Amino acid sequence: MSDKISSDKIPVTVLTGYLGAGKTTLLNRILSEEHGRKYAVIVNEFGEIGIDNDLVVGADEEVFEMNNGCICCTVRGDLIRIIEGLVKRRGKFDAIIVETTGLADPAPVAQTFFVDQDVAARTKLDAVVTVADAKWLSERLKDAPEAKNQIAFADVILLNKTDLVTPEELEEVVGRIRAINPYARLHKTQRAAVPLAEVLERNAFDLDRILTLEPAFLEEDDHDGHDHHHHDHEHGENCGCGHDHHHEHEHAHGHHHHGGLKHYHDEHMQSVSIVIPGDVNPDRFLPWVNDLVQRDGPNILRSKGILSFRGEPRRFVFQGVHMIIEGDLQREWKPDEKRDSRIVFIGRDLDEKAIREGFLACAA
Amino acid sequence: MLDKVAGFEAGAHVTGVRWLDGTAAFALGDGGVLLDRAGERRRVEAHPDAGALVVAQAGKRLLTGGDDGRIAATAADGTVETLVDEKGRWITALTARDDGAFAWATGKRVSARDAKGREAATEVPATAQGLAFAPKGFRLAIAHYNGVTLWFPAVENGTEQLMWKGSHLDITVSPDGHYVVTSMQENTLHGWRLADGKDMRMAGYPAKTRSLSWSHDGEWLATSGAEAAIVWPFAKGGPMGKPPRECGVRPAVVTQVAFHPTALVLAAGYADGAAMIIRLTDAAELMVRTADEAPVTALAWDRKGTRLAFGTEDGEAGILTLP
Repeated sequence: MSDKISSDKIPVTVLTGYLGAGKTTLLNRILSEEHGRKYAVIVNEFGEIGIDNDLVVGADEEVFEMNNGCICCTVRGDLIRIIEGLVKRRGKFDAIIVETTGLADPAPVAQTFFVDQDVAARTKLDAVVTVADAKWLSERLKDAPEAKNQIAFADVILLNKTDLVTPEELEEVVGRIRAINPYARLHKTQRAAVPLAEVLERNAFDLDRILTLEPAFLEEDDHDGHDHHHHDHEHGENCGCGHDHHHEHEHAHGHHHHGGLKHYHDEHMQSVSIVIPGDVNPDRFLPWVNDLVQRDGPNILRSKGILSFRGEPRRFVFQGVHMIIEGDLQREWKPDEKRDSRIVFIGRDLDEKAIREGFLACAA
Repeated sequence: MLDKVAGFEAGAHVTGVRWLDGTAAFALGDGGVLLDRAGERRRVEAHPDAGALVVAQAGKRLLTGGDDGRIAATAADGTVETLVDEKGRWITALTARDDGAFAWATGKRVSARDAKGREAATEVPATAQGLAFAPKGFRLAIAHYNGVTLWFPAVENGTEQLMWKGSHLDITVSPDGHYVVTSMQENTLHGWRLADGKDMRMAGYPAKTRSLSWSHDGEWLATSGAEAAIVWPFAKGGPMGKPPRECGVRPAVVTQVAFHPTALVLAAGYADGAAMIIRLTDAAELMVRTADEAPVTALAWDRKGTRLAFGTEDGEAGILTLP
């Protein structure tokens, strides 16, 4: 496709969340607030939202397997068709929101934006936003694999209905979320009240916007879990300028440390983060990571990495969804930046030892 | 050849074009239909506040299915009639034929209305992605996930399945009624010989095939999806074991193909906006439109084959008049 078209790809936000968590509340807020943007919304059930101004499309959640030899490679067939239709109405909207049912696995939706070349030429996946119910999530994480997938997959998590739980319960559910996904941005909310800039147009899948792979534990401490009046304040770290706020997070972390975030270990879903304090050899790393996602792709939900290649002035950044992985050389390392190589995998039953050994063997 | 082309602004993504005798009717992504009769143009609103997403021709009317759930019929004189209103459910596929019969899909549900206005409906296993009438009898071929359903709307339980794993998109039936061919999500075509159910796989495309056109004699099937129009031989036993012809090789993917109605001449439109016509007998090529970036999204010959109408994704249109 021509450059003219690819240069203004339509951003797509995927909205997931278990039944009753508050997805529709968030969606209605997005559609009713004054923000000067028009959204095309792809919903799985008609009728729950009723906004005349935006395009609302009903979807069937048809998950198709691709016959391309990739066993976990599924796409949403209905989504491909709907986006093909929406492209013909370009100009009527600025961005697309895809709402999935509570029982849906986010992977086929996300993979659609990488696997289907026509969809990939016109749109870009912006972020996976998961709405979770503070009262029931801990239970759902035990009995509903879909709920766990949605947390593991998320770039942004709205932990909603915090007014219905005690501070201790809230702390526990945050701990359980962080056991699965320490990297998503977490917002504690009531009635899904969060500044929409925290949810929309996050560029979470843009390689040149993956600035850091620090766990987000450090970032949520400007919330006081005990004070429910602060549920919709702005997150300072999220103004889009990246590194400058990093120190603040660490300070916040420091003074809040006595609060003591509980650490949980989820038996099946976990994240693995490994750092090499220096360069890696791309001739070893690239085949290794490709083999890893080909072999363990069905269990790897999300992967990201920022790497320092020997002799290369630019950072190599990759991100992936199951077996689909994309990477590129991005901006140059800054003079005051430590040239570390860090990878992060979130998945089911990951063999941390093997991944660690494999990655460490790539050190230059 | 370029000086025989009248180019103009259609104003929105051209989703399809058909000739209603001497009038070219361009269906648009903003819901309008632009009618051009010998350079005199007028626009009618077939889908107010919506888009004309799928396009077919029923006799002397242009049918458009929209995201407003309506099927509108636009005549050359600009009159618009609503034929179907599915109350906001997108019309996902549409086909029609000369006697005025037409069929449409909303998700898994497929409906057909014959020339006398009798309507029937059926449900297929997954969303109907493509529809095509068989040349003989009142029979419909429906492409969907994992295969094709053949349906006689006038017959109780009149469905038959052709299975092939994967997502089938567009569908066509050969003019002799012997073959059904679909395009697939995985950049291949799949075909069935109806006499014995034999499968045919036509692979090697770098992109999805979204345009299929039969030659007037039914012996060739032209397809989009490669950096040339790929033309499969269907004379004498079908394309099995025979290489296709590659016509109009250019460094851009073909997005639209349209065979001339009376001669072995093919029109091809490209992803870079170029369009050309190619004579199959000697591979002579004539440029109709030069590349300008936006893909060609619509292409149609008039009934005599003296005029060729085309439209692009960014709302450019034109008509070539052959000497």
